[in-house]
Amino acid sequence: MAPQLLVTLVFFIWPAGQAVWQSFLVEDAFGLSTEFVWFENYAQIFTDSRYYHTLWTTIIFSAGVTLMSMGVSLLLAVMADQVVRGAQVYKTLLIWPYAVAPAVAGVLWLFMFHPTVGVLAYMLDTIGIEWNHFLDGDQALLLVIIAAAWKQISYNFLFFLAGLQAIPQSLHEAAAIDGAGPGRRFFTITFPLLSPTTFFLLVVNVVYAFFDTFGIIHAVTKGGPGDSTRTLVYNVFDDGFVGLDLGGSAAQSVVLMVLVGLMTVVQFRFVERKVQY
Amino acid sequence: MVENRFWLNLLSHLVLGLGVLLVAFPIWIAFVASTHSAQGLVSGTIPFWPGDLFLENFSQVLSGGNDGSVGVSAMLMLFNSLVMALGISIGKIVISLMAAYAIVFFRFPLRSVCFWIIFMTLMLPVEVRIMPTFQVVANLNLLDSYTGLTLPLIASATATFLLRQFYMTIPPELVEAARVDGAGPVKFLFDILLPLSRTNLAALFVIMFIYGWNQYLWPLLVTTDEHYYTIVMGIQRMLAVGDDEVAWNIVMPTTLLAMLPPVGVVLMMQRLFVKGLVETEK
Repeated sequence: MAPQLLVTLVFFIWPAGQAVWQSFLVEDAFGLSTEFVWFENYAQIFTDSRYYHTLWTTIIFSAGVTLMSMGVSLLLAVMADQVVRGAQVYKTLLIWPYAVAPAVAGVLWLFMFHPTVGVLAYMLDTIGIEWNHFLDGDQALLLVIIAAAWKQISYNFLFFLAGLQAIPQSLHEAAAIDGAGPGRRFFTITFPLLSPTTFFLLVVNVVYAFFDTFGIIHAVTKGGPGDSTRTLVYNVFDDGFVGLDLGGSAAQSVVLMVLVGLMTVVQFRFVERKVQY
Repeated sequence: MVENRFWLNLLSHLVLGLGVLLVAFPIWIAFVASTHSAQGLVSGTIPFWPGDLFLENFSQVLSGGNDGSVGVSAMLMLFNSLVMALGISIGKIVISLMAAYAIVFFRFPLRSVCFWIIFMTLMLPVEVRIMPTFQVVANLNLLDSYTGLTLPLIASATATFLLRQFYMTIPPELVEAARVDGAGPVKFLFDILLPLSRTNLAALFVIMFIYGWNQYLWPLLVTTDEHYYTIVMGIQRMLAVGDDEVAWNIVMPTTLLAMLPPVGVVLMMQRLFVKGLVETEK
C-alpha cells in the first residue's frame, strides 16, 4: 500500500496540484517573477480562436480514427466469426499491431506516403492525385488518421470477436429457420446484441484518439502543416515545452483532465447501465 | 455456422485475407526498404521486392556506426527500452499487488481516501500531466536516469484496479480458512493469493510490458543524454534531420527492431494476452 501511495503522491498528486496552481499564474519571459491572475489563463484559452480550431481538429481526428478502425474491425470480426476453419490463424495475423508503438506506426505510414520515396504516394501520383502531406493540411490529417486507425484495428477486432462469440448460436439458428438471411440476421440480431461492446469501444477509441496518438502526430507531422493536425494534447505539449507558456499549458492540462474525468464518468455510469440487454 | 453457403464462406475468407494484407502491408514495405541502399530508395522508382543489403543494413544499425544514426547503436537503445519496459511492468505489478492486497483485505483508517487517491490516476494519461510531472522529476534530479524513465510511469492505477477486481472475487471462506489454519497475512499473500492470480499477473505483465516499451513522449523529454535513448524515441531523433535526406534504409530496420520485441511477446503469449485484455477490461 505505502509504496503505491508514495509514488502516486509524488508523481501524480503533486504534479496535478501544481498544474492546477500554475494555471492561475502568469510567468514573465525569464521565469523571474510570477503573478497570480485567477482565471485569466482560462479566459484566454476560451477566447482564443486557435484553441477552438484545435478542438475542432481533435474532434474530426477522433471521429475519423474511431469510425475507420471500428468499421474495419467490425467487418473483420464478423467475417472471422463466420469462418469455420482458420479463424485462429486470422486472429493471430490480425492482433499483432496492438504491440506496435504509436510513434512507430506513424513512421511506417509516413514512409509509405512520403512524397518522394513512398510507395502509396507514388501510386496515387500515377492515378493523378498529387500527395504531399507536408504542404496539404487535409492530407496530413488523413495520414495521421489512417496511421492511428491502423494501429487500433487489432484492439477493436479482439473485443468485437469476443462480443460476437458471446452471442448464443441458437438465436442465429432460430432466425435462419424463420427465413432471415445473413445480412438481415446481422442487423436485427448481431448488431443490437453487440451494442454494449460497441459503446465500450466507442469510449475507449475516443480516449485513445485524444491521448495515445500523441506519438503519431509528433513523429509524423509535428502538428503541421500550419495547425492542421494540432490536437488538444499536442497543443498542451507544444505550448508548454516549445512555447514555454507554462500558465496557458497548465490551464489546458486542467481542461483536459476535466474532459477525461467526464469521459470516464460516462463510461462507468451511463454506458454500463443503459446499454444492457 | 448456421447454414453452409459456399459463396458466403469464400467472401469471409476473401475479406479476412484482405484485412491481413492491409495490416501487414506496412511491414512488408518496411522490410523491403531495409534491404536497399539509401540511393536505391530515393532514386525515383520505388522497389517492391527486397534487395540484397539486408545483412549490411541491419549490422550497420545494430553497431551504430553509420551516417543516419543518433550516435548510439540500436543495441544500446534496445537495451534501454528493455530496462524501461521491464522496470515499468515489474514495478507496476509489485506495487499494485501490494496496494490491491491492502485495499481489499485490510481495514485501516483513511482506507477509502487512499483508494480514491490511487484511482484518480486511472483517469489521467501521462500526456495530460506531462508538464508538471516533468518539473517534479527535474526537481528530484532524476533526468537522464533509468529511475526517471520508469518511476513516474509506475504511478498509474490500471494494474491495481484489475487486481482489486480479481481479489474481490476470492471467497471470504478462503481467507477465513487460511486464518484458522494459522496463516499470517504474508503467508496468505504468497501461498494462496499469488498462485491463484498467476494467469492474471502474466496477462498483466504482457500488457504492461507493451505499454512500457511503447512509451514515446516521456523518454523524449527526460533524456538528453543519448545513452539513455529508448528505441522508439530514437527513431524520431533519426527523422529529425532537418533539410537532410532521411536515411530510410537505416530508419526502417530500426523500426522493425523496435517493434519486434513487443510483437514477439504478444504472439508468444497470445492466449494469455487476449484473455487478460478482453476479460479484465470489461
